[in-house]
Amino acid sequence: MENRVIERDFGDLAVNMGPQHPSTHGVFRLKLYLQGERINKVESFLGYLHRGVEKLSEKLDYDQLPPVLERDDYLSPTSNSLGFCNAVEKICDIKVSRKASYIRVLVAELQRISSHLVALGTYGLDLGGALGGGASLFLYCFREREKILDIMEDLTGTRFHTNMNQIGGVRYDVTTESINKIKKLSKDLRPVLQDFANMVSKDEIFMKRTKDIGIISKALAEESGGSGPIARGSGINFDVRKNKPYECYSEFNFDIPLGVKGDAYDRTIVRMEENIQSLNIVDQITDGIPPGDLNSRKPLKSSKLTKPPKGSSYFSIESPRGELGFFIVSDGTSIPYRMKIRAPSFSNLSIVDKLLPGTFIADSVVILGSLDPVFGDVDR
Amino acid sequence: MMDSFIAFALPIFKTISMLILIVAYLVWLERKVAAKMQSRIGPYSVGSPHGWLQPLADALKLMIKDDAVPKNADKLLFTFGPIWIMVVSLASFALLPFYFDNPMLNVDLSLMMFIAISSLIIIGIFVAGWSSNNKYALISVLRMTAQIISYEIPLIISLLIPCILIGSLSFGEIISFQEDTWIIFYPILGQISFIIFMISALAEGNRIPFDLSEAESELISGYTTEYSGIKFALFYLAEYVHLFGICVLGSIIFFGGPNGPIFTSNILIVIKALLFFTLILFIRWSFFRIRIDQLLKFNWIRLIPLSFIGLLLACLARYYVDFN
Repeated sequence: MENRVIERDFGDLAVNMGPQHPSTHGVFRLKLYLQGERINKVESFLGYLHRGVEKLSEKLDYDQLPPVLERDDYLSPTSNSLGFCNAVEKICDIKVSRKASYIRVLVAELQRISSHLVALGTYGLDLGGALGGGASLFLYCFREREKILDIMEDLTGTRFHTNMNQIGGVRYDVTTESINKIKKLSKDLRPVLQDFANMVSKDEIFMKRTKDIGIISKALAEESGGSGPIARGSGINFDVRKNKPYECYSEFNFDIPLGVKGDAYDRTIVRMEENIQSLNIVDQITDGIPPGDLNSRKPLKSSKLTKPPKGSSYFSIESPRGELGFFIVSDGTSIPYRMKIRAPSFSNLSIVDKLLPGTFIADSVVILGSLDPVFGDVDR
Repeated sequence: MMDSFIAFALPIFKTISMLILIVAYLVWLERKVAAKMQSRIGPYSVGSPHGWLQPLADALKLMIKDDAVPKNADKLLFTFGPIWIMVVSLASFALLPFYFDNPMLNVDLSLMMFIAISSLIIIGIFVAGWSSNNKYALISVLRMTAQIISYEIPLIISLLIPCILIGSLSFGEIISFQEDTWIIFYPILGQISFIIFMISALAEGNRIPFDLSEAESELISGYTTEYSGIKFALFYLAEYVHLFGICVLGSIIFFGGPNGPIFTSNILIVIKALLFFTLILFIRWSFFRIRIDQLLKFNWIRLIPLSFIGLLLACLARYYVDFN
């Protein structure tokens, strides 16, 4: 009898990851076409968290906008209002006092640490699961983040959406007690952050799961508009704080940590080192905040009175996720004619389609987590 | 007639109720240890002190839940899976001398029989995953089958090494052999076989870093994705019964069973098994999960050659040294 081999192609197994899935960092849908455990093709779907912030900003006064925009990238709220306020100040040609600038940077850097801690913690969940070592790392990160949120509460009365930034300056002053608390926090946090860095960089399984996974080459990062830890993990020396210094960043000493290969491991390590650098900046600020006004504008009776002149401006800052830009078109009234947000998570996330094919299904979670997208920021 | 039935059924009833009690409190222990490791408190408010009624509340909650069966699932097999797993993992305890002085089923090859029975669990898991008509469950059971088949080899060989030294596969003789020295204290061979046993027990018991079938970061919750209520409770219970069985096995083979430094009692088996379980807990709550290809590679390239070397050494030792 003839020996016949029956070959049948059953096609790929299409599996949904998201929008409701335990590990998609938000509401993001990936349709994975699997051949066994390998991913053949990927389709991604966005927009499950679209809240129309850009359209909403065409209905609100300039002074009403910062609190709304803080809900955009909800893991580092201050960065959003910081970028927006700077963009408006650029149109109106308002000069912020050095004191206000110092306070803005202080809050922004503290929130950068808290955001990176969330990124590391949720990355632990992606790698080790909610019922294992990952959960331990997650809870350690959140325990430390809690201390930063306490400082935020002390500074502004709000733990999370601090509402510190105003057009023209800041809303709240920093007392000496707060400064002492922040100094103590910085002293306590340093060894803990070092512990976290050791926990991941000396863990055999962590290295096995993240090294050589999701390699983003320099060219790919550049052409997709990647920024922040994603670009720096690939070795691109770009940080808005250094390259186009805003606020008072030029007065501080800090380094830009760079990765070598651009894999998931490098991105995590870059985030961990950025935490230490942020603490350095915080230390330099707490050494002495210069005297000055909190807000360089005169108090206005109504938010309708803030009327920037006709024109447009673009201002970008370094949020924990990368270059966060605000483009504002003003027609001379108290509400923006158009506002466009250049969201770092969106550009970074656009790489995911190119990284996933050919990897294992378990890697897809690791790669997505290493990009650290925040879906409030992606979908806006 | 009635008397003989009671004489037959009473030990079974006693063992099962004892086991369920132990396992319910293993879950509580696990939650408490995990909480301590993660600087939390853990279950606290259900029953004072320290939420000791929590296992009861969990069981009650799962029992009164609605029993949902997916529309396109194979209803018969969907029910059969959890029952099979539970029955098999309880059945393996018939061979273990952990509650009575003599096991209920006293055979010469009790170790082999224990392994044979407990490896039937994979049938229940496969049936459960396949019949629930869910893609995540399907991927999970395919992984699970590959994993269990691979890791059974080093597990069996690691148990064979002590058996070759002892010259018997019966638990009774294994225990009486270790009256003076436990197997774990035999130089080189005891430690090699224990390490291999430990690793493959983690894989068999489906614990992190080898809990690939439940990998909730990619597969929601693996083969139990579609299960809820009492059927899920059966899975959960069976997992812990199986794991406790492995712990008891480890305490008998490597730690001398009821033989202790001061006194000899069957309660020592339970204490040693609990310590062994705590060791597994520490591993579980401090490691990340490994990937499926790395898992299989580790098994075939590292673990199996190592276990064969151990087996060879055991044979040589047996040939040149008289242990009895």
